[in-house]
Amino acid sequence: MTNKIRVSCDRKNLKTIRAFVTDTLKPVHLSEITLNQIILAVDEICANLIIHSNHEDSRKNLCLTIHYDSREIIFELQDNGTPFEKANYKEPNIHDNIRTGKKGGVGVALVNRIMDKVEYSVNGSTNICRLHKYIG
Amino acid sequence: MKIKHTITDNTITISLDGELDASSSVLLDEELSNPSIMMFGKILVDCKNLNYISSAGLGVFISHLQRFEDAQIKLIFFNMQEKVRNVFEILGLDLLMTIVSSYEEAVTIAND
Repeated sequence: MTNKIRVSCDRKNLKTIRAFVTDTLKPVHLSEITLNQIILAVDEICANLIIHSNHEDSRKNLCLTIHYDSREIIFELQDNGTPFEKANYKEPNIHDNIRTGKKGGVGVALVNRIMDKVEYSVNGSTNICRLHKYIG
Repeated sequence: MKIKHTITDNTITISLDGELDASSSVLLDEELSNPSIMMFGKILVDCKNLNYISSAGLGVFISHLQRFEDAQIKLIFFNMQEKVRNVFEILGLDLLMTIVSSYEEAVTIAND
């Protein structure tokens, strides 16, 4: 099964993306907690793409494709913004974030803990992020 | 996201209704950044109708926690749905923040 959505880089579209993930995964019988975790991981990546990679430029788009079978769900996100530099990523220290009153920086940590595999690649001007969740 | 308050003595109860994501969490941040909130000794957050939270929502609470602690203001979450609590647990925030089951429990802890 494959399903695809394209939205403009506006943070108001995060709700649309979450509804799309929920609808697409309806036939996959996941627990409420697992489904919420998956929606969260996709939402986090989309929020980063919209806000950081594309600076909330609503003339730009991002595309989410969901493929699934009985063993695995794969989310593929494509955009043309500034690529995420995985090499520069540092796991947050929550105690430091609390002490310094830092608002951001925990989204990717959530994604890494929820998903079984997270891949980032670049093809020409297109950035591709693939999230894998094993369900079998 | 709808945010409602109820004030009793030095306690403010903030009821969250809807989804806290990178878009809607701005509202909550404005609410918690309001200097008048520092007048209260206790902030109780009713999460009964909070259906979703992302890192942006968590980040709002993370960013105000130290300020509240320094001012000896107790921040207590109650009525949290299991799927929302699970998001706090993934990052270990359930161990750093006070999350209880019911309003009564929240009041008891607030008055300790």
